[in-house]
Amino acid sequence: MGTTLAPRAPFDRALLLVLPAAAFMLLLFVYPFVYGLILSFEPVQGGWLANYRKFFTTDNLWPTIWTTLRLALPATLINVGFALPIAYKMRVRSRYQRWITTILVVPITLGTVLIAEGMLTYFGPKGWLSQFLQLTHLYDGPIRLTHNYWGVLISLVVSGFPFAFLLILSYITGIDPVLPRAAATLGASPAAQFRHIYLPLLAPGVAMCFCLAFVQAFSVFPSAVLLGAPAGPTRVISIAAYEAAFEQYDYSLASAVAMIMGFVQLLIVAAVLALRNAFYRGPVAGGKG
Amino acid sequence: MKHDFNELRLDRVTRRFAGQGGQAFAALSELTLNVRRGEFIALLGPSGCGKSTALNCIAGLLPLSGGSIHLDNERIDTLPPERRGFGMVFQNYALFPHMSVARNVGFGLRMRGVPNADIEARVDHALKLVQLTGQAHKLPGQLSGGQQQRVAIARAIVIEPPLILMDEPLSNLDAKLRLETRSEIRRIHRELGRSTIYVTHDQDEALSLADRIVVMKDGVVQQIATPQVVYGEPANLHVARFMGYRNVFPMTIEREEGTRVALSGPDFPLTGTRMLPLGDGRATVAVRPDDFVVGGGVGDVNTVSGTVDNVEYSGRESLIDVMTPSGLKLIVRTAVPVQLGEPVRVSVPVDRALVYPAE
Repeated sequence: MGTTLAPRAPFDRALLLVLPAAAFMLLLFVYPFVYGLILSFEPVQGGWLANYRKFFTTDNLWPTIWTTLRLALPATLINVGFALPIAYKMRVRSRYQRWITTILVVPITLGTVLIAEGMLTYFGPKGWLSQFLQLTHLYDGPIRLTHNYWGVLISLVVSGFPFAFLLILSYITGIDPVLPRAAATLGASPAAQFRHIYLPLLAPGVAMCFCLAFVQAFSVFPSAVLLGAPAGPTRVISIAAYEAAFEQYDYSLASAVAMIMGFVQLLIVAAVLALRNAFYRGPVAGGKG
Repeated sequence: MKHDFNELRLDRVTRRFAGQGGQAFAALSELTLNVRRGEFIALLGPSGCGKSTALNCIAGLLPLSGGSIHLDNERIDTLPPERRGFGMVFQNYALFPHMSVARNVGFGLRMRGVPNADIEARVDHALKLVQLTGQAHKLPGQLSGGQQQRVAIARAIVIEPPLILMDEPLSNLDAKLRLETRSEIRRIHRELGRSTIYVTHDQDEALSLADRIVVMKDGVVQQIATPQVVYGEPANLHVARFMGYRNVFPMTIEREEGTRVALSGPDFPLTGTRMLPLGDGRATVAVRPDDFVVGGGVGDVNTVSGTVDNVEYSGRESLIDVMTPSGLKLIVRTAVPVQLGEPVRVSVPVDRALVYPAE
């Protein structure tokens, strides 16, 4: 019960509400991450860097980085690239908006495995698409859209697009519609309104969306196994980690693969976020509300 | 896009919206108005009267449901806003938050393909006109509300539009800034001589700025006249109420002689001036608080006795409520000091008691 000379702000008890979330983060994210990091430096044999040395010298390990990037980057570019114009079109409330939005968003409610199962029957060699194309003679050659690169890419687009679309839609509808109107009265055509008003204001949001979509695509696993060729062209980095952990029971190596995976994601995200800083970031309204 | 014109003609401009239950309602019906070059027009009315709808129709931000708009001989209501070339100042400024003040002001010039050197000179000139020199490099978010509004004005005038449209440009400013910016707008209009259409719900703004006022209610024009006429001779009771005729009460018609009407009521007889053709029997009288004179005055004509029921002191003058024996409350503005509960006599000149048909 000492007297304090400097008056201090009274402790805000509402701050205690942050405790469950903090505990959650600690137990379920920080602890496993630190555990995995330490584990990756404790290989079964060899020095403390042996796992990393093994990854970058083994022929079925290090190329998985490129295999994964080759899938994740195009998938992310497609998702964000298509989400932007479609969300732009959907920004004005219309009769069809709700229906189109619903249809576009449905895949988000389906699991990756369900999508994969559906795609196997639809895009498969005996699937509807193939049968339809051959029946109508639109394309007579063999159609291979499953158990290869394309199958995984399509599934990444199907499951990742709604996510990108919803994110960008929320950014676009947050832009005060009076801004493009003001630009129009100043002589800006619709294309110029998009280029000078929407695009610069959306850029930070699009960058954010790119990061989230990329991280999601980079950690692809179920569709790479189910729809891809997990032994070769779609042997992504998560498959390498899975094999190390559950086929070779080398948890230490698996942890190292996971750390490398995280590092690659971090590199791409950091690059995109650095680019984002080049743009205006702030309220997207034109003045007092 | 024109840089000058002689006349803007609005011919029965109508805009309907889908209302509740699929019923279309006219937010603006049959607005007919000719705006001459250099004229300052105020569209005045309460919120929802259709004045902003009218402005958006002229700007091209809303398609018309009927009627036409001509700039001299060219029909413009079918053109998109970017091809009309009118400057518009929005209520919430609508400055581009990601562009500096200079780039905001220069936006219209860039869209017109003006060479960069010219843009710089014209932006400087426009910023000088609105007294914002030295702020060119700032982002809108770093400016005060009044400064933002002046950027919006500079952005609209720098393109030298034939017509400037202003949508309640002062409504987000505090009282002092509002008066300052108002004189600013008046000065800029005098210096540039551009035709201006100005939307407001504030009759003081309309009276002080406009050459002609268009008073609107429920999408319908009530009166188009000079500020003096709208103020002194409102076309109907709606306009009268809006222009500050706060005493509106019913009386009985005794007889009419020319424009003079003799009326009677429970407390006092009154002689007023007829503003519209009257029916038989009942009529409604409208008097401004400042047209009453406290302390008898002009002979014994139009004198009303009552007691002071309320006093609102406001500096030089007070606003007092005078209660007549039958319970009619008159609002009177006076410089004469009176006490609460004191008996008073107030009178009104015959030409300032306006008589309209009964409501």
